[in-house]
Amino acid sequence: MTLLDKFQGLRAARDQLKGLGVDPFNVVVEKILSPTEAIVNGHRVILAGTNNYLGLTFHPECIAAAEKALREEGCGTTGSRMANGNYADHLALEREFAEFYGKPYSVVFSTGYLANLALLSALPGEDDVILLDADCHASIYDGCRMSQAEVIRFRHNDMDDLGKRLRRLKSRAQRTLVVVEGIYSMLGDQAPLKAIAKVKREYGAFLMVDEAHSLGVLGETGRGLAEAEGVDAAVDFIVGTFSKSLGAIGGYCVSPHQELDILRYTARPYIFTASSSPAQIASTRVALRLLRDGNDLRKRLWANAHRFYQGLEALGCQLGPQMSPVVPILLDESREQSLRVWHDLLQRGVYVNLVMPPATPDHRCLLRCSMSAAHTEEQIDVLVETFAAVFSSHRLIPSRCVFCFVSFAPTPVRVPWL
Amino acid sequence: MKTYQDILAELLETIRPLAPNADQLEENSELMGNLGLDSMKVMNLLQEIEDHFDVSIPLNVLPDVRTVGDLARKIHQILSQQ
Repeated sequence: MTLLDKFQGLRAARDQLKGLGVDPFNVVVEKILSPTEAIVNGHRVILAGTNNYLGLTFHPECIAAAEKALREEGCGTTGSRMANGNYADHLALEREFAEFYGKPYSVVFSTGYLANLALLSALPGEDDVILLDADCHASIYDGCRMSQAEVIRFRHNDMDDLGKRLRRLKSRAQRTLVVVEGIYSMLGDQAPLKAIAKVKREYGAFLMVDEAHSLGVLGETGRGLAEAEGVDAAVDFIVGTFSKSLGAIGGYCVSPHQELDILRYTARPYIFTASSSPAQIASTRVALRLLRDGNDLRKRLWANAHRFYQGLEALGCQLGPQMSPVVPILLDESREQSLRVWHDLLQRGVYVNLVMPPATPDHRCLLRCSMSAAHTEEQIDVLVETFAAVFSSHRLIPSRCVFCFVSFAPTPVRVPWL
Repeated sequence: MKTYQDILAELLETIRPLAPNADQLEENSELMGNLGLDSMKVMNLLQEIEDHFDVSIPLNVLPDVRTVGDLARKIHQILSQQ
């Protein structure tokens, strides 16, 4: 056995993908044309899998702010905030996040991934407990691995299981950080946050909510699920990312607890990495303002999500448990067949994410789609028509279903195995 | 208070209907080796076992758990600490 032998399995899997002429995990975006269109692997496609929920990546005000910062402050900060100092704009963005959430403390991180690593590695210590939803994102699991705390999972969105596990912890429940997400990234469903807030209070535990996919998407002012459910006050730590609704890259955490500020002196993913570039911070400051004032964007996003969801539902597709801008299409097909379907979609001008087990929650392959406020109704109709044609050609739906959709038949044919 | 042997016997009974190679099931069976369980199945199995014994098994201890006996020892340890 050598150092490299353990990669044989992965290499074989990668070579198999190459043999099939399809690698959904390594596409080349040759040219990005707009928030919703690109040339990918030589095909002009509609982007329906890029988490660009509010479509702000090309917003002229964001670009202008980034350009100005780039010229005035340079391409990068060349180091961490602890070593190289805090740029005024980083601090201004932190104040703006704090004000947006109405919480006194806020920290920005270089990515959303690092925000989760920082919080989870530094906040719960040796005798503490992290109690996380089983469907949490890999960055949360990785943060748990960096932590000295005991890590316990509860069944996804299962309040009985969460309650049971808090009960088993007895007095240690007060040393427990419950971790959930606003919108879960694979199935697009939401945490039952009201119930979670209630049980958290009952046991005296702490609550962290990752609003990565719900920032800008849920709540009156776009703060996320905690705002939508009216339980802001019960959440001890809200984390999120700039890389979805805010159209840039970075992460943040806000909290009513001053200990968040202390993490600057102890959280390694904050200390030992370069801070975000001035251009990223500048565009994010503008995007945050647009998001906050972006009721029309949110309305358009949800209208698009409804149109897409209903279109796919009419085809008989098996979708996620809850209407959401994250729309997973669950496939009861082999990996090879799912790859072919994904590849056909790409060739016909549709880019979505193919997710395979074990990255999926229920052992099935899924085509993960995400909607944007920037999609037009015409684009969504083209997406649904392309899904209909591809699914039909792969016999995943009977061909009459295509007709059902096109003719807007009131009773769509439901196919239980799709 | 349950002994290690009590826990082991109950564990074997819980795992038997779920393991593809149940005929090879004994104290030294490796959960992910000769029992034919993949990592996802082991995680689901663990949840059933947790309910059965009314304990939470932290993810941190799993790297030390290879066999059914290892798991019984961990559960025994957790129960005796309560």
